[in-house]
Amino acid sequence: MSLIINLAYFAAAVLFIVGLKQMSSPTTARPGIIWAGVGMVIATLVTFVHPEISGGVNYTLIILGIAIGGALAWWSGKKVAMTDMPQMIALYNGMGGGAAAGIGAIYLLQATPETVTNTGLAIAVTGSLIGSVAFSGSLVAYAKLEGLMKKTFTFGGQQVVNIAIFAITVLLGFMMATSGGEIGSFSLLLFFVLALAFGVLMTLPIGGADMPVVISLYNALTGLAVGLKGIVLDNPALMIAGIVVGAAGTLLTQLMAKAMNRPIKNILFSQFGGSSGGAEEEIEGTMKEIQANDAGIMMAYAEKVIIVPGYGMAVAQAQHKIWEFTQLLQKRGVDVKFAIHPVAGRMPGHMNVLLAEAGVPYDIIFDLDEINEEFKTADVAMVIGANDVVNPVARTNPESPIYGMPILNADQARNVICVKRGKGAGFSGIENHLFYADNNQMLYGDGQKVAAELVASVKALG
Amino acid sequence: MIIEGFIALYIFMLAAFTGYEIISKVPVILHTPLMSGSNFVHGIVLVGTMVALGHAQTPLEQAIGFVAVILAAGNAVGGYVVTERMLEMFTTSKKDDKKGDKA
Repeated sequence: MSLIINLAYFAAAVLFIVGLKQMSSPTTARPGIIWAGVGMVIATLVTFVHPEISGGVNYTLIILGIAIGGALAWWSGKKVAMTDMPQMIALYNGMGGGAAAGIGAIYLLQATPETVTNTGLAIAVTGSLIGSVAFSGSLVAYAKLEGLMKKTFTFGGQQVVNIAIFAITVLLGFMMATSGGEIGSFSLLLFFVLALAFGVLMTLPIGGADMPVVISLYNALTGLAVGLKGIVLDNPALMIAGIVVGAAGTLLTQLMAKAMNRPIKNILFSQFGGSSGGAEEEIEGTMKEIQANDAGIMMAYAEKVIIVPGYGMAVAQAQHKIWEFTQLLQKRGVDVKFAIHPVAGRMPGHMNVLLAEAGVPYDIIFDLDEINEEFKTADVAMVIGANDVVNPVARTNPESPIYGMPILNADQARNVICVKRGKGAGFSGIENHLFYADNNQMLYGDGQKVAAELVASVKALG
Repeated sequence: MIIEGFIALYIFMLAAFTGYEIISKVPVILHTPLMSGSNFVHGIVLVGTMVALGHAQTPLEQAIGFVAVILAAGNAVGGYVVTERMLEMFTTSKKDDKKGDKA
């Protein structure tokens, strides 16, 4: 029996790796997730005959738990809007971290001097700590992106408190790991409470703009925690899948942080904006307004239009109308391209998903590096629902918190139209100097309404 | 124990390199689905929670294990559903992946 189980786990590990590999190319991505899914089903089914599972009550609880958790996740996953994807991933990820912490808790509760070694305890403690932090941290990330928690939460000496809590948690963990199996239930409880608290406190001061990187980091941490639990439980499937995800997630986190030009340590240990924004320089120029009708005509007679979509467009559900507008322009012979900033949307690649949902083919969608030189030759750059990613201060003002972040050079187009719901700063709270530029005109209104008006204006030209 | 001491360390090392390698050439357009996909893969923790709950003895252990199984099942199923939904949309567009080997 154990041969069958081990073979199944081996197959699952292979399928996970093949699946992940395939997911890194657009043409094979879909089969990739399906293969990984097959691996998961095989591993789960075979576990029902695992020799360590005993007791009718436990079997019932397992089936009931899978049914409840699976059904809730299925329902929520099917219904979530594409715009809300980042926080949903954060939520599912947190659940995985919590599960890893739960395994650790049971292991530590059952530990007796006869059954465990200090090495085993140390790995279990480490995995539990990481899993707990990933769990509570991901939940905070979810709450922030979902808008349940609007403000960043800071207080004086926060970092000192965080470090102190972390130090005490590690010390408790060290004591448990060297106890030889005599773990007091009070220190065990305290350990988990502090680990969870640390996850919350660490995530609270991080601004929404940095959240994708944080979610990705917690994703990697959960992977690592799962891998460590694999060692504790002597389960190779957990071990391989967990560690692979831990490593892949770490790389992905670095790629995202690099795309945002925000070193990971700055994200984790200093807040965005905050006190540094004191010396805002005066902005020259004024904002000029344009009507949707004029904007539509301007683009209809242009040769080349580059559209810079941002999360605001997706929130307004304007992407379908924008695609309709694009098709109208294409029929008139206008060369239309989409320029995607790495962090357009809420995380790298999110905007591509949203445009794909609207039916925009991805051969007219371009990355920052591919398209940035082309803005110079564009007649019109239309920025819709994006802000910080086209703010020229990132190039010019070393004082600005976003200084050095790669931006789309929309300001270099002959004409710029910024579609915006109302006046005011963007997600990061930084004034956008593009709005005041000579070649820029503001088109105020709800994204979807504006897009509909643009469509109407081009249709009216016949 | 089938995985002992240093063997575990070797597996750890090789798996870490594997994870790093398979992601290194992913285009930006797939970052979100891939993060979601890797999120799904660590849903394998479900297997671990099943075993942990399977040999739980006290009501407290059973309660923790039960919650852990719910959470893990949520991770696995939710991760799969959202990843599949995202990737499904990619295949409906043109079969053209000239877009970026850039990460």
